[in-house]
Amino acid sequence: MRDLDAGFGALADPTRRAILARLATGEATVMELAKPFAMSQPAVSRHIKVLEDAGLVLRRAEGTKRHCRIAPEAVDELDRWLVGLREALTRNYARLDALLATMDDGKGEK
Amino acid sequence: MSRLTLKTEGDTHVVVTRRFAAAPMAVFRAHTEAELMQKWMLGPDAWTMPVCISEPRPGGRIRCEWVDGNGGGFYMTGEYIAVEPHSRTVHVERMFLPEATPDNHVETQFKADGQGTLLTMRMTLPDADARAAMLATGMEDGMEASYERMEQMLATGVLS
Repeated sequence: MRDLDAGFGALADPTRRAILARLATGEATVMELAKPFAMSQPAVSRHIKVLEDAGLVLRRAEGTKRHCRIAPEAVDELDRWLVGLREALTRNYARLDALLATMDDGKGEK
Repeated sequence: MSRLTLKTEGDTHVVVTRRFAAAPMAVFRAHTEAELMQKWMLGPDAWTMPVCISEPRPGGRIRCEWVDGNGGGFYMTGEYIAVEPHSRTVHVERMFLPEATPDNHVETQFKADGQGTLLTMRMTLPDADARAAMLATGMEDGMEASYERMEQMLATGVLS
């Protein structure tokens, strides 16, 4: 089973989220990915390695170039739990809104 | 006005905020009094909570049992760690699906916000296995029910 916790850790960093956002628009080389960031290519490579280890990004070599692409099913699985939690809370809080409106000490707003 | 926000914080936490159009006392009571909790902490449509125990004092017990009306169900147990009436609670909880999930540590704050309340809930992200188990426990059914309700609202122009 894929390690979802590693996935959350990988997504906790803004640079890695930016890299993922770029890859969401299509495959890119490490050099292309490094371009927008004020950091060295090895530093960007290390971020990509974290994303790769978390199963979020796939890499393939073509000659001397390293091509990266997003692993869409990995991101989907990672997001599913939070999406599920959001849905459950949204539903529950809608019910809570209705309950609060009936409570005397709610002092509900108009 | 009452939009829900949900963010991960570091590797291990998730922070939820939501505004309610009621005073902190009412929102606090709805989170800690068993007979009120049974009315809204339900998850997917058709689920009910026939058993709810909540003793909001340090060391007090929490137990919620949910059933789906078709022989399915699960339960949660927990303990309160800190209780500051109408402003803050800290508790731990774990689900039994039927195996126990790791303890989830939850801090809930109720802050006055104009005439309403801003709720902030900071909880531990369950580990990968616990998340998988929770997903298998009908969250997706709930999402489907929720989408259907949204479609009905869209159809009747409530959101337009």
